[in-house]
Amino acid sequence: MCVELGEEISVEVNTRVRALEFLIQQKALTGVTEIVPTYSSLLVYYDPRVVAYDALCAAITELAPQATTAVLPPSRMVELPCCYDDPELGFDLEPAARRLGLSRDELVTLHAGAEYLVYFLGFTPGLPYMTGVPERIMIPRLDTPRVKTPPGSVGIGGIQCCVYSVESPGGFWILGRTPLALYDPGASEPTLLRPGDRVRFRRIARAEFEAIEAAAAAGTYRPVIS
Amino acid sequence: MITILDPGPQTTVQDLGRAGQMRYGIPPSGPIDRFAFVLANRLVGNPDAAAALECTLLGPRFEVGAPGAIAVTGADMPVTVNGREAPGWATLPVAPGDVVKLGPARTGVRAYVAVSGGLDVPLVLGSRSTYLRGRMGGVEGRALKKGDVLTVFPAGPARPRRVERQAIPAYTGEPTIRVVLGPQADRFTEDGIRALLRGPYEVLPQSDRMGARLRGPKIEHARGHDIISDGIALGSIQVPGDGQPIVLLGDRQSTGGYTKVATVCSCDVGRVGQVRPGQSLRFEAVSVAQAHRLLRESDAATEAAVREEIA
Repeated sequence: MCVELGEEISVEVNTRVRALEFLIQQKALTGVTEIVPTYSSLLVYYDPRVVAYDALCAAITELAPQATTAVLPPSRMVELPCCYDDPELGFDLEPAARRLGLSRDELVTLHAGAEYLVYFLGFTPGLPYMTGVPERIMIPRLDTPRVKTPPGSVGIGGIQCCVYSVESPGGFWILGRTPLALYDPGASEPTLLRPGDRVRFRRIARAEFEAIEAAAAAGTYRPVIS
Repeated sequence: MITILDPGPQTTVQDLGRAGQMRYGIPPSGPIDRFAFVLANRLVGNPDAAAALECTLLGPRFEVGAPGAIAVTGADMPVTVNGREAPGWATLPVAPGDVVKLGPARTGVRAYVAVSGGLDVPLVLGSRSTYLRGRMGGVEGRALKKGDVLTVFPAGPARPRRVERQAIPAYTGEPTIRVVLGPQADRFTEDGIRALLRGPYEVLPQSDRMGARLRGPKIEHARGHDIISDGIALGSIQVPGDGQPIVLLGDRQSTGGYTKVATVCSCDVGRVGQVRPGQSLRFEAVSVAQAHRLLRESDAATEAAVREEIA
């Protein structure tokens, strides 16, 4: 069942989506098996052997007005170290800066100076759909999406910012790369981010990128989450 | 335990799937044809959710390490035990050293091999299912390869059972797949919906555990094929700009930005996964209430399918 709470990408609508998900989980509505929050809607999986469609619609409709920021637990702030200053990692930084009429440094400062909100995870495991991109660096997506984008690549396109979690096709301009794994299939919590997290990027040099990458692979790096 | 001598092109370990992870972008995986999978387990006395093998188009060859039973269901792959023909959809007692082989599927795509006790691979997020793209679950998150040794949970003796002949699906012909229109059916023209329900749609070779890619009459959009990304249900029929449908299966992406014209009824999703590339299917629209009735009928059919052999 698809529960729509609006037809726009906005913090307000998405907050209600996440709050409604939280409420449905908290009330443990009978028959609900899984919930997928997205920008403006929830996909609610249910077992029709346990609950009738109409009864579930009624139960969710009753909860909807209570779905506000007030019910949500405080969100986390996750710091993602990001190496921008290496054309091997941030391979679109130069062309993106040129297209935006900025210096590379100005583009990085604007990108790393902003705070991003994780609306939801999807497309590939652990991939965050985020907004918060400063207006000055909003840029249309690539005309021709690339076939392969390396995991950890930090990209922008339109109002969105995204970090690729596994190697996959993509249409975002890649400004840099984080050494942290957003998806680690062997970990007890395979995804680093959760819906509702806030994210900041910390500019790091290539040497620190490699040090964090090695520490993360060895299991000795603790991401900064507050 | 069983030792894989030849893996076949894509043989994976599956159980009934990984629940509760789609909000993190991790799909449920699990058997594409749940009906055949559950019956394989029941034939060897396993719980429905025990881990078993899903084989694709061509089966594996493996050696059995302990006395017990196996059962093969799903796609019609010729089964031999030590070179002797053995029936599908029935309990097959096996002894240590027996070599079991599944040949190329004569009909259908996916066959299931259950082993009494169930396969003992590590639980990852509560499931033993393999998610190939995410390199998660099963055996190291991958398809089986030659030399893999799979341990099996201990089990008591399995009573001989078989699936009633009339309950064995024929994977031939052009099946009619029941769908509920929506959630974005209003984004298509009337002609587009008519085309969907007229068909037929041919299954393309690019199909996999993520989705069945189809080709047939163009499903015309009324206004654009992009939506604000939302959740993708099991059996969602996504229609990108070219008007050609994709039925999304167990390893699907959890969310997506293309319009979805309809959703295949849960009880018919497995049948979609058994249509071979080059074969066709048709769609028929039903209401939500009818879909739920079909699910109950399918449950009842599953319950009635297996009978004990009387010596």
